[in-house]
Order: sequence, then structure tokens, then C-alpha cells
Amino acid sequence: MRAAWVTHLARTQKCMHAESAGSAVCMRGGYISSMLRVNVFHKNMNCIRSLALASLWIVFACCARAADVCNATPGTDANTIIIQPHVFDPASPPAHQIEQLAWLVLAICAGIFLVVEGILVLSIVRFRRKPHDVGEPVQLYGSNPIEIAWTVVPTLIVFVLGLVTIRVIRDIERPTPPEGALQVICIGHQWWWEYRYIQPSMPTGEVVIANELHVPVGQPVWLRLESADVIHSWWVPTLSGKMDVVPNKSNHLWFVAEKPGLYLGQCAEYCGTQHASMLLRVIAETPDAYQDWLYSQSLPPVHEVSVAAGRDIFLNLACSTCHTVQGISDGSFAPDLTHLISRQTIGSGIATLNRANLRAWIDNPQALKHGCNMPSLKLSPTELDAVTDYLLTLK
Amino acid sequence: MSLLADNTEIWRPARGKVGMASLIFIESLFFSGFIVAYLFYIGKSANGPFPREVLDVKPVLVNSAALLSSSFTVVAAVRALSQGTMHAMRFWLLLTIALGAYFIYGTLAEWRGLIWEKHLTISTNLFGSTFYSLIGFHAFHVCVGLLALSTILILGVLGRLQPKRDAIRFELISWYWHFVDVVWIFVFTTVYIVGMRA
Amino acid sequence: MSSIHAPISSESKRSIMEHLHTWAITVDHKKLGVMYVLAGLVFFVLGGLEATMMRIQLIKPLNDVLTPHGFNQMFTMHGTTMVFMVGMPVLLGMGNYLIPLMVGARDMAFPRLNAFGFWLFIFGGILLYFSWIGGDGLYGAGGAPDVGWFAYSPLTAKTFSRGNSTDYWILGILISGFGSMTTAVNFLATILCMRCPGMTLMRMPLMAWMMIVVAMLVLVAIPVLTAAQVMLIFDRSLGAHFFDPQQQGSAVLWQHLFWFFGHPEVYILILPAFGFVSEIVPVFSRKVIFGYALMVAATVGIGFISLTVWAHHMFVVGLPPWMNAMFAASTFLISVPTGIKIFNWLGTMWGGRIRFATPMLFCTGFLGMFIMGGLTGIMLAVVPFTHQLSDSYFVVGHFHYVLFGGTIFGIFGAIFYWYPKVTGRMMCDTQGAWAFWLLLIGFNLVFLPMHFSGLLGMPRRIYTYQPDRGLEIWNLISTIGVPVQIAGVALIVWNMIRSFTHGAIAGNDPWDAWTLEWATTSPPPECNFDRIPTCTSARPMWDMKNPHDPDSNYE
Repeated sequence: MRAAWVTHLARTQKCMHAESAGSAVCMRGGYISSMLRVNVFHKNMNCIRSLALASLWIVFACCARAADVCNATPGTDANTIIIQPHVFDPASPPAHQIEQLAWLVLAICAGIFLVVEGILVLSIVRFRRKPHDVGEPVQLYGSNPIEIAWTVVPTLIVFVLGLVTIRVIRDIERPTPPEGALQVICIGHQWWWEYRYIQPSMPTGEVVIANELHVPVGQPVWLRLESADVIHSWWVPTLSGKMDVVPNKSNHLWFVAEKPGLYLGQCAEYCGTQHASMLLRVIAETPDAYQDWLYSQSLPPVHEVSVAAGRDIFLNLACSTCHTVQGISDGSFAPDLTHLISRQTIGSGIATLNRANLRAWIDNPQALKHGCNMPSLKLSPTELDAVTDYLLTLK
Repeated sequence: MSLLADNTEIWRPARGKVGMASLIFIESLFFSGFIVAYLFYIGKSANGPFPREVLDVKPVLVNSAALLSSSFTVVAAVRALSQGTMHAMRFWLLLTIALGAYFIYGTLAEWRGLIWEKHLTISTNLFGSTFYSLIGFHAFHVCVGLLALSTILILGVLGRLQPKRDAIRFELISWYWHFVDVVWIFVFTTVYIVGMRA
Repeated sequence: MSSIHAPISSESKRSIMEHLHTWAITVDHKKLGVMYVLAGLVFFVLGGLEATMMRIQLIKPLNDVLTPHGFNQMFTMHGTTMVFMVGMPVLLGMGNYLIPLMVGARDMAFPRLNAFGFWLFIFGGILLYFSWIGGDGLYGAGGAPDVGWFAYSPLTAKTFSRGNSTDYWILGILISGFGSMTTAVNFLATILCMRCPGMTLMRMPLMAWMMIVVAMLVLVAIPVLTAAQVMLIFDRSLGAHFFDPQQQGSAVLWQHLFWFFGHPEVYILILPAFGFVSEIVPVFSRKVIFGYALMVAATVGIGFISLTVWAHHMFVVGLPPWMNAMFAASTFLISVPTGIKIFNWLGTMWGGRIRFATPMLFCTGFLGMFIMGGLTGIMLAVVPFTHQLSDSYFVVGHFHYVLFGGTIFGIFGAIFYWYPKVTGRMMCDTQGAWAFWLLLIGFNLVFLPMHFSGLLGMPRRIYTYQPDRGLEIWNLISTIGVPVQIAGVALIVWNMIRSFTHGAIAGNDPWDAWTLEWATTSPPPECNFDRIPTCTSARPMWDMKNPHDPDSNYE
């Protein structure tokens, strides 16, 4: 076990990408090495920290190994850097602050745990009735000094915790965006995510996408959270704490993606039947790659003559009432499809976007996401193929 | 073994008083929920009609005077019963019921105007929702009180009341009636004073 | 005096129907208490079945044992059942049985109100469970409620919850809530007005103090829930807009109102268990409770502070930072009196001569588990930590440690402790020990891994989870613990049934205990005591058994 762990640690120094079988393992190894190198704050605590981390890591590694054998994240390939959700694997300043605070709180609570449970275990062992015991023990009604002590000491402990809490609240729950932040509006729907980038150059003033948020690495992102229906919650643990998405209330959160990759999360407030399938994907790219992506999103949709049949079906049937394709249809109830195949997944992250899955989804969405708001339009196989072909041109 | 020398040192209130006090406590919290909702939603209705447009304080002041003075009359009735003057008790109790009934009549008259003429219903806007639920629950509690008082009046008319046994019971019912009045003071202030500033 | 609780076979004078009739019309607090507890245990099994279905669905990712809708109904009904149909009735029912006996009274202050409250609870519970078959309503879209046990709006609006399932949730709880309120009034009146001669407030058993505070919390919290639920009914059936964001209604208002009830509610669920532990630990440690006065002060303190912490359930809803800080402070504050109580219990055990009969096993388990749940609670009071872990399985782990490891373990300990008093028979101690260990192991298998899956980003209330997140192993372990727990519970149920006819005869005072209920026969006569006792100290029976060294010397 130990040898395996050391090998992993050595390997991950060079680990630049994740194979699906080893992805989670790699990332955690990389995390440990980067933490040990970079984090000045915990220089003094390195030993204890790495010991604790190592034991946690061993446990997680075993589990992740078992888990990763069969199933890859939808919409990923051998080149995708996947950053698994993990409170103790922060990759953004607010997440780092929470993680550091968490270690402090964990340490204090672990200390209290050891002391109190220790006294409990000691009482059980030492004061068990012995066979030769006769009569009642000394009846102790109380002791003022002791009772005062165990009132005052916990009060002091929670006072300290309170002060630390308030300090970190102020850092994380900032009322205004950080300097130079990219501002994006996120609208939660049942059961998908809509994102709007403010782009004054666009005729509509914004770029509207669905489900896969792209952000530049190293630049703060200020996410304004709105709801179109019920309460949802935006939670990508590696980027920041969660924030609820409440109708008729504008919430916000902020993060800075420190490294490129695919950050995973999901909706964290029960919002109805398919709450479990409202997955979050945040793709952090180099600033250049991000600008390229944003530019391609702001272009008008591809208009290919060969798929005219499919486009006609899309326009004439109910598809266009719900789904927007820029310049062609104007629907606000369902994801914007203008650049559909620039995304990697469908159904808000639950299935890879490929021809087979897309066709199956259009044929019967309920089979993939039972209870979702998209009805089956009962298309014939030819119509299905035509519409699928059309949608696959929307890059 | 040492016994407590004087048992009367121990505070043991009457059961009925604890029971009625608890009921009043419960109801106060119930009303607090609706008052909090009312205050929370002042000025937030998405559309009219708005309080200043439709609420007329003057008839409500008359109603309030009736209801609040019924607290005094019920005190007189309770005192009359404890003194055994049944005729006086019936008089004051009848007056209390009449004043309470007038209050209900006044509330219903106000609602008729609001619904049919001003087109304000519980589903019109936030003001409608909070107004009808708060005033409505209060009126409902007044009705329950009237029912209790009428029962006592009927028993009094039938000669079934015994001052020694029933004076404390009547007093507890009168506590409920006083509670209904005090709640009205809060409701009135919330709806017709604070709410009008919106 | 005829023994009402003896097995039916010896009751030759009355037929089964007459026997049932006696129970149906009873206003005797003892019979009502037994009925409350038995009904609560039936709902416990139902709620446990719902949880078992959930764990089977979650044993592996992308499982399809339950449909999404089915799973959502399961967790809603599991939570609603456990809080309202198990916790409240069993705890209030045990209080119902014990309080008059403990304060030396002949019955509760308002026996008919007591019976009324019980039947309201039964009706509310049946109405709630009827929704499984009758909740479809006009749209065929209902069934059991599927909005979560705290039913956040606007998910509960007519638009998003079609059919009648949410209405069953509202009405079932509303009606049984009236039952809780009547019981609370009874507790207050009985404890304040009907204590036996010599029993000052500071000589009452700690159980009575817990029930005073519980009663006050019920009187404060339940009416607010009732008001919120009435507002929701108005929204759903009269077109009101209390929680309608389209008309500027506020979804957050529901949360404030609900949690103003919801937080005191969890203290209502734990304080009676604290009472059980405060009675059982001294008896089995053979020592007086350490620091009675401080225990009383801590209990009252918990009662008051619990009314000021509710928004710690709303740390991620977007309240202003100063409000989050304020509620974090009050949440930290409430951990102090809670900790005091734990230390006092430990102080009672320390220096004692502990006999580990089954009641004491469960109380020791309670202490171990509750400390863990309390500590994860302190972690969650740290707002930024909650920003990560709110609404995740970490929270599920936390509250199950305090509610199952705390309340349920306390209830099982109390069942073993007072069963002899209620029935006149001892439960089997060996089976009890087996049940305890099965439950302890099973419970930790189920709920300890949840802390880890929460840290790995697993939110609550998801009918399935993605296979790429490292959650499989924790969910697998959790599900493996379920049959172990079921075995433990089944053993206790079997023990209760079997001991009723085959248990050893208990006598008045099988545990050599010190409170007044042990001064009368097992089971007690209908009038509780042949002669109302006089109370000389906080442990009247200790004084009787130790006339050379009575407690009254030390007060």
C-alpha cells in the first residue's frame, strides 16, 4: 500500500493529463505535491498536514481506483483534465480559504472529540461495577470550580471559532465583484443551467449558452445567480462554496479558476424530479482559448443547405417555441441551441453529445431524463434523422 | 426524613389559568406569523389596488371602539357573576356579545365593499393575500369568542350558572376575549396605520 | 386493584371488543402514552422502510430500482414521518406516561384534552399516509408528497407541485400539530399545577424540566408552522401569493417561518432524550446526577437560545453577511449549554459503579454518538464551511448522528428502562445487548460514510449519483449497514412482544431507582398511587432507602 502510494506521488509530478482509469488518482497526487510546494501559509504544519492528507488520500485513492475502472465522465476524453468535486481539493481562492478554515475547525473538533470521548471510554473502563463492589459509591452532587471550568472553556473555544468565522465570511461573501472580474449571469431552470455573457457588441447584448460554463484561467469570475422557476443551488466545490439560486432574488458568488480543466459540480438544492441530473460543468481555459470560444459563440448559427429538411421540421414543430437558434427561432424555456455541438454533453451533463445520444434524446427525452420538461414529439425515423443532422451542424 | 414544613410555599397556579394562558400564547404566535408576513410585504405588491386607495379607516375606528369597549363590558359581566347578581351579568354579557357581533358585521361590510366595489380579493395581490388572511383570522377568533360567550349567556338564561363554580371559568373565557381585543390593537396598527404608509 | 396491563389471557371478565373499547375511549395518561409510543413505533418501521428503499436505490450509481419521482417521495415521507410521526408522538407519549407519575399526580391536568390530542395525531398520520394511494388528485400527478420534509416554496406552489400530494403533507402535519400543542399545554399545566407535596421546581426529576422546556418550545414553534402552512394552503387553493415570486412573494419568507419552527423542533426532539439519559445514567452509575442546578440552567438556556438560531439552516440562501454572522454566533452559543450537559453526564458516570444493563448501553451509545453529531454541528456553524457542505450528505450525516444516535438511542434506552414499569415484566437483557451492538455498528456503517460523500460533493435528495465522482464506496458501505440496523430494530420489537408474556416479573423497582414512578406498582394502578407521596428531595426514593444519608441534607 505504502509503496503504491509513493509510486503514485512520484508519477504525478509529471502527470499532465488524466487517463480515465487513473484520473482521480492522478489529480489527488498532483494536489498533494502542489500543496506541499506552494502553500506558504502551512509551511509549519506541513508534517502533520501531509500525514493527515496522506491517510485521507490512501482511503480516497482506494475508492477512486475502484470507482474509475468502469465509467468515464460524459463528454470527456483522454485529454480532458477533470477536476473532481472535493472540498479538500480547492482550486480557487474562496475554496482555498474555506479549506484552510476547515482544517482549523476539524483540528479543534478532533481535539474536543478525543478529550470527551476519551473521558467517556475511560469512565466505561475504570468505573464499571466490579464483582466485589458493595453499597453505593460516594454521591457527588456537583463541584462549582469544575462546572465553571466546563462552562468557561467551551465558551472561549466557540468565541475563537466565531471570530475566525466572521473574518472568513467577510472575505468570501463580498458584496462587489473583484477587480477585473468577468461577469456572467447564471439562470437556473428545472433542470438545466443557462449562462449569459454580457457582450455589448452582440445585437442582443449578450451571448447565451447552456450548461457548460467557459471561463478564463486566472481571471476572477463574478456569477450572478437568478432563477427561472424554483430554488436551485450552484455548487462546484473545488471553485467555491455554494450559493442558492432563488426566484425573485439576485444572489452572486465569485471564484478564480487557478488551473485549466473541467470542474465538476451539481445543483445542490432540491428542485423537483430531476434535481439529481442538473449537473454543472465549468471549463477553465487559457485566456486565448477562452476568447476563441467566446468569439465562436457570438457568431451567427451555421446555415447549411444540406440540412434544410431538418431545419424546417425544427421550425414548424414545437421545437422552435422553446429552443432559441439565433436568428431563426426565439424560445426562452429551453436551452439555446445556436452552438449546440460546441458543447460536450446533453441533458445538463448526463450524457455525451454524439449522434446516437442526440437522436435518442430527441426521440424520447423521458427515457434519458424521466420527468424533464421536454416532451417527445413522436417524430418518424426519417424526421428524427433530419432534425439530428440539422442540430449536428450547429457548431 | 425532613418534610417541607409549609406546602403553600410551593407555587402551584390553577390548571385552568395555565391552560388558557397557554392557548393565548399559542394564538399570539399564530398571529405573529401573519403579522410578520403582512409587515414583510408592505409596499411590495406587484399591482393595485393598494391600501391607501381602498381602505377607509373611519368605519373601522367605529368597529374598533365597539370591540375594545366590549372588553370593559365583559369585565363587568364577570364581576357580576362572581357577586351573584345574575340579572346584571346577563345584561353586561348581552351587551358584550352585541358589541362583538357589531364588530363582525362591520368587518363583513368592509369586505363586501372591498370585494365587489374595489375588486380586492385574496388572489389580487400581496396586499389582498395578507389583508384577508390577517383580518379574517382575527374575525374568526372573534366569532369563536362570541360562540363561547353566547353559550355562557344561554346557560345563564337557563339558570344553570353557579357563581361559586363558574365565576373562574367565565373569567378564563373573558381572558380569551381580552386577548382577541389586544390582537385587534396589533392588527389595526399593522394594517391601518403602518400599512397605509406604503 | 385490577391490573389493567396484564396479558389478555388472564382478563377473562372482558371480551376483546370490550378491551379495545376501554382503550379507544380512555383518557388515562398511561394508556394514551402507550398508544402514542406504539403508534410511533409503527411509523418508525414505515419510515425505516422508506429509508431502506432509498439506500437500495443508492447502492450503486445510476440505479433504477426507484423512479426519480418514487425516490423523491421516499425521502420526503421518510423525513416527514420520522420527525412528525415518530419523534413527536414517541417522545411526547413517553412524557405523557411518565410526567404524572414522576411529579406524584394522578393524571395529566386535562385528561380529555390529552385523548383529543392523541386522536388528532392518529388522524393526521393516517391522512399523511393515505397520500400514497390517494394523492393523485385531478392531474394524476400526485401520490405521496415529494417536496422534501421542509417543503421549500415555490416548489410547493400549485404550478410546480400538481395534484394533491403537497396538500396531504400540509394537512397531515397541521392536524397532528394540534395534537402536539394540546399535549404541550397538558405538560405545562401538570408540571406547574399538580406536583405532589414537597416537590419544589428544583426537586423535580430532570425529565420534568426537559418537558417544561419542550412544552414551551412546542407552544412557540408549532403555531408558526401552522401559520406558514395555512399561508401555503391559501396559495395553493385560494390563489393567494404569500410565496409566489411571480407576484413579488418571497420564497425566503417560507424558509424563515419554517425554520423558526424547524430549529426549536429539533430541540423538541432531543430534549426528552436528554431527559431519559438524565434519569437512566445516574441510576446505573449509582450516583446522583452531577450538577442538578446547572443542568436545569443549561436546559432553560438551550430553550431560549434555540429560538435565535433558525437561519443557520439558511446560510446559503443569500442573507446579508451580518445576518449570517449573527446566526453563526447564536449557533456557537447554543453549543455551550449542550456541552455542559454532556460533561455533567460524564461527571455522573465518573466515580460511579456502572452497571451496563441495556438501558445504560443505549445511553452510553447516545453519549458517544451525540458528541460526534454535536461536533459536526459546530463545524457546520462555521458559515464558510457550510457554504461548502450545506445541503450535502455531510449534513445528512450530522443530523442522523444527533437524531438517530441521539434521540432514537435515547428512546430505545428509555423503552428498556421503563418497559418493566409499564408492563410489569422485564425485557430480556441479553437480546437487548445484542440489539444495541447491532444498532451501534449498523448505525455507524450507514451514517459515518455520509460525511465523506458530502465532502466529495454529493448533494442531498438526489435519486442517483454520477459514477465518476468517487461516491460509490461510501454509498455501498452505507447501504450495507442497513440490514444490520434492521436486525437490531427487529430484535427490539421481538423482545418487546415476547417479554410481554414471557418476561420476568419486574416488581415495583427492578432497577433500584430513585424517582417517584418506582414507588408504585408495575404496572401502576389507574389512579397511579394508592396515596400521593410526599417529596423530600430530588431523589425521594433515595431518601427512603437511605434514611441515614438523605439528599435533603445536601440541598
